[in-house]
Amino acid sequence: MKVREFLCKKRKPMQLEQILQYSFSGLSTGAIYALIGIGFSIIFNATGIINFAQGEFVMLGGMLTLFFLEALKLPLWAAIPCAVVVSALIGVLFERLAIRPLRQPTPINLVIVTIAGSILIRGLTMLLWGKDTHAIPPFSGDEPISVAGATILPQHLWILAITLLIIAVNKFFFYHTISGKAMRACSYNRRAAGLVGIDVRRMVFFSFVISSVLGALAGIIVAPLTMTAYDVGVMLGLKGFCAAIIGGMSSGIATVVGGLILGVLESLGAGLISSGYKDAIAFIILLLILFIRPQGLFGKAESERV
Amino acid sequence: MKRDVFKFFLFAVLILAAPLAFKGGYLMNVLVFVGINTMLAVALNLLLGYAGQISLGHAGFFGIGAYLSGILTATYGWNPWLAMPLAALAVGILAGLIGFPILKLKGHYLAMATLGLGIIIYIVFNETVDLTGGPSGFSGIPNLTVGSFVFNSDVRNYYLAWTFALGVVLFAVNLANSRVGRALRAVHDSEVAARVMGVNARLLKVQVFALSAVISSLAGSLYAHTMTFVSPASFGFNFSVELLTMVVIGGLGSVYGSFLGAALLTLLPELLRGAQDYDIIVYGGLLMIMVMFMPGGLVRGIPDFFRRMARMREGAGNA
Repeated sequence: MKVREFLCKKRKPMQLEQILQYSFSGLSTGAIYALIGIGFSIIFNATGIINFAQGEFVMLGGMLTLFFLEALKLPLWAAIPCAVVVSALIGVLFERLAIRPLRQPTPINLVIVTIAGSILIRGLTMLLWGKDTHAIPPFSGDEPISVAGATILPQHLWILAITLLIIAVNKFFFYHTISGKAMRACSYNRRAAGLVGIDVRRMVFFSFVISSVLGALAGIIVAPLTMTAYDVGVMLGLKGFCAAIIGGMSSGIATVVGGLILGVLESLGAGLISSGYKDAIAFIILLLILFIRPQGLFGKAESERV
Repeated sequence: MKRDVFKFFLFAVLILAAPLAFKGGYLMNVLVFVGINTMLAVALNLLLGYAGQISLGHAGFFGIGAYLSGILTATYGWNPWLAMPLAALAVGILAGLIGFPILKLKGHYLAMATLGLGIIIYIVFNETVDLTGGPSGFSGIPNLTVGSFVFNSDVRNYYLAWTFALGVVLFAVNLANSRVGRALRAVHDSEVAARVMGVNARLLKVQVFALSAVISSLAGSLYAHTMTFVSPASFGFNFSVELLTMVVIGGLGSVYGSFLGAALLTLLPELLRGAQDYDIIVYGGLLMIMVMFMPGGLVRGIPDFFRRMARMREGAGNA
């Protein structure tokens, strides 16, 4: 139970070390928000839909890994890809069964359908695996590492490394492969993309696959730190959205920076001000950004977005 | 117009006569909540169905009304009849102030922003323990009284809640037929066109948002005084979604549809007893099925369905 002790460390008067400590843990949760936020942006850019069910894929990642670990007794390295594949399948099913057949795809109906989808996914998970909170073993032990007076866990490093890797792969996909370029074309102008022969529906399909995979991966790498349960997706999803909003709904580096800013601010706020209001910080930032800079912290003003 | 008066009259008679049919009992208690939820659903429908603006934070306004009424009367000993309009006024001002920046947003962004607002309010209920009692709730709220008459039984509360609810229904029906109602529908269909026709769309949206919040706050006050106990769990995101479900199931833009949706979703958990935790799955399923197959809600969907059935039967007869 070293993780517990680590997380519940006694509060000392404010010190540089402490700020460093909060920043470290903030960076790793921020990386998670960034991955979820990129998932939001990818679907939004391909389809104009904000997928309110995005958070549920984060939950599915954790819960499915647990299922493969415990029910099927797979080793961790095998359970993770299985969980990712199943999450991607669920993402595809969701798009095929709920979103594509929608008769009147107005923004309000899309909001309602994705909310309904998230309730259903959450409810069915509860029905299958109960309401308990579960822990997933960390990827490589839980011996804390001391860095400049602050301690971090190996899992924090895993989170940062995997996030970096995913971002690099993401970048490569969107800028150096034909499918990625086609998806970017869709995000600029779906009609024009269709006119030059891009199969827009296929790109929509891809966007759901990629974003469910990203969500699931985020859920898997964070589960050893925060535990997982059927209802963890709601908050994580909303904060991921917050990261995407700070990043101006970009599927690249801006959203990553958005996630990191959010993670660090939240962690510092929780540590230095009040842990009870930790979740409120993210939503206050969300509202402020939407009110003042709806194009994102780094974006140029654009009238279409709001 | 005459038809509307007749419809409302019929509705009011049915509602006021309902207790005679049920003769008290547990169901009366549930019917009190149908009344309160009807107020809430109609309030949200004014915003969502008439003006076309979504809100996923209405449970927050409902909660502020309930908590303000509860705290002012139980902690500070105010007269409930004074606390109720004051709470409504406070919520109205808050909604009006926040309405200007928030209603500049559209579609998904508006949904997320109102959702965030609702969650912030929910967190405040949980964290201001000195004031609200935090997660364990706030008790000892007095019943409403008129002279020496105390609204402390289910039947009395039924008439209390439904007096307010019928008032809200009448108000909403009238609003729909007024200049404002037409302006709202114009904003719904095309904001640009409405503005070209001289409708101050921005102000109008904020006004409806505030009005809708005020009605929700009144419903909250009634809830606090009939329950005499409130806790944050009743005012979270799930309840905002439940309200949305009521409006969508009933039919966007239909006042009586909102009543239908409220009645259905309030009575449903009673029917699904035993499946307590799973009612949320039923909401999710209903919400999805309605949006996918009956986007007009029950009030438009059911007549449509019968018309189609009739046509099919005709077709079969000819063949």
